[in-house]
Amino acid sequence: MVPATHYLALAAILFAIGALGVIIRRNVITMFMCVELMLNAVNLTFITFSRFLNQVDGQIFVFFVMTVAAAEAAVGLALIVLLSRRTDTLDVDQANTMKW
Amino acid sequence: MDINYTAVLPEIILSLFGILIMILIPFTPKARQSALGFVALFGMVLALICVSAQCGATGLAFFGMIFQDYFGQFCKILFLFASAAIVLVSINYLEREKLPYGEFFSLLLFATVGMLLMATSADLIMTFLGLEVLSISTYVLAGFKEGEMKSTESALKYFLLGAFSSGFLLYGIAFVYGAAGSTKYLKIAQVIEASENYPPTLFLGLGLMVVGFGFKAALAPFHVWTPDVYEGAPVPITAHLAVGSKAAAFVALVRVLYQVLPELSQHWQAILWVSAVLTMAIGNIAALAQTNIKRMLAYSSIAHAGYLLVGLTAHNRLGAQSILFYLVAYAFMTLGAFAVVQAIGREGEKYIGIDDYSDLGYRYPFLSITLSVFLISLAGIPATGGFMGKLFLFAAAMQSEMYWLVVIAVIASAIGIYYYLRVIVLMYMGESKDEGTPIIVPTPVRIVIAIMVVGTLYLGIFPGTFLHLASEAVSF
Repeated sequence: MVPATHYLALAAILFAIGALGVIIRRNVITMFMCVELMLNAVNLTFITFSRFLNQVDGQIFVFFVMTVAAAEAAVGLALIVLLSRRTDTLDVDQANTMKW
Repeated sequence: MDINYTAVLPEIILSLFGILIMILIPFTPKARQSALGFVALFGMVLALICVSAQCGATGLAFFGMIFQDYFGQFCKILFLFASAAIVLVSINYLEREKLPYGEFFSLLLFATVGMLLMATSADLIMTFLGLEVLSISTYVLAGFKEGEMKSTESALKYFLLGAFSSGFLLYGIAFVYGAAGSTKYLKIAQVIEASENYPPTLFLGLGLMVVGFGFKAALAPFHVWTPDVYEGAPVPITAHLAVGSKAAAFVALVRVLYQVLPELSQHWQAILWVSAVLTMAIGNIAALAQTNIKRMLAYSSIAHAGYLLVGLTAHNRLGAQSILFYLVAYAFMTLGAFAVVQAIGREGEKYIGIDDYSDLGYRYPFLSITLSVFLISLAGIPATGGFMGKLFLFAAAMQSEMYWLVVIAVIASAIGIYYYLRVIVLMYMGESKDEGTPIIVPTPVRIVIAIMVVGTLYLGIFPGTFLHLASEAVSF
């Protein structure tokens, strides 16, 4: 059997890619997809623990995470549409009028 | 362990009222839509009655997902009170800015449901869901002024960073689950207490969860979104973000740290110590340079999160009590201040620069005197709730022998006095400016401001009652 650390490492790499993407990329859609990637990395972690602890709790948690991610996507994409209508671009730097 | 509907009755009522308002929108004539605000208010009052009736109930409910305890009930009452005040303030605001009523109030009700769940959750799943219900509703509310770029920008920033931070929170929860084998608070606490040496995943989980909550509660260094989002959001929502949303994140953090991970206190105390110092310093220093009152209050709310962190870092009974006490005082003064800001700002949210407060003192005595009381309280000058709250928080830190933290906190709040008093000085001694349309303060806003002033002063002069309630509430 593949040991748990392999799965956890994969999840950690995915999470890191997601987090870096949010920080580096400037396209809103890409940033949003990177957030989704982070959430999926978390899901993978949950499932791994759930499998190796012989419990279903973690898998149930994954369903909740997926539901929340879907709700978040609905709101997020609506906001992105609003941005693109106003500025004709998906560049987040265009949406940076407030600064101190 | 059963479902025990009565324990979640307030949440059920609020959700039903939220849905009811959405159904009522198309059936209500345009001119009477503002009545929907009173429907929302009625729902909140009903929920408040339910919570009060439950006071004293203890134990787990909803299949072990929810705590019934004084702590939760105390916070629920506070959150419902804050949301009700926001409803009263927004009715007039929405009319002035020509925004739709129905969606606003139903989203606010859903956000309140999320806050209540966070206050009572006994399971990390519930905490996460509560947080998301609160956040997703608030993302929409922050961008509610569809026609205004600032509002959209505020919502977008809040959304991206909020979703980013919930990723961290979730990853933290996943590690805690992996280390303890459960997501239930009591179970995790038992496992940790029983184990001799802690797995590294537990620490990783703790750190990531603090990051996640830190974002929501706007603790430095995760506060960067706060000023922009607060500035762009509609004023009542800024108040909601500063009071309800922040308090809910704080309460959830208190529960997680005090109830689930008390054994690791050495480790999280070290993290929070640094964060408290940074939060207080950044909040107070950056507020000095602000020219927009909403932005100034945003930095001020960051600073206040820092004071709350002082109490949290102390990790003793007095600390938990004074956090509750301070949250009440903070709610009174911040809601009051935002209500005045809302009343002074006129259509299109003009007049929210600090200069616009120049010479208001003699023309609008009610607004100026009340705003002065709130600002004095925020600054922490005696005879106000803000002073008493700070006193208790710092006393808690002294009890835990964190002298340096208290010294820094006192210096930080001394810096803070400057920018609060600057507004008051400007109101009474500033040069008169072109005043634009005269300010009319509608009755609901007047009522809210009056209640908040009375509350702020009451807490400052007779802190005993609330401190007693807070000490009853802290059972862990």
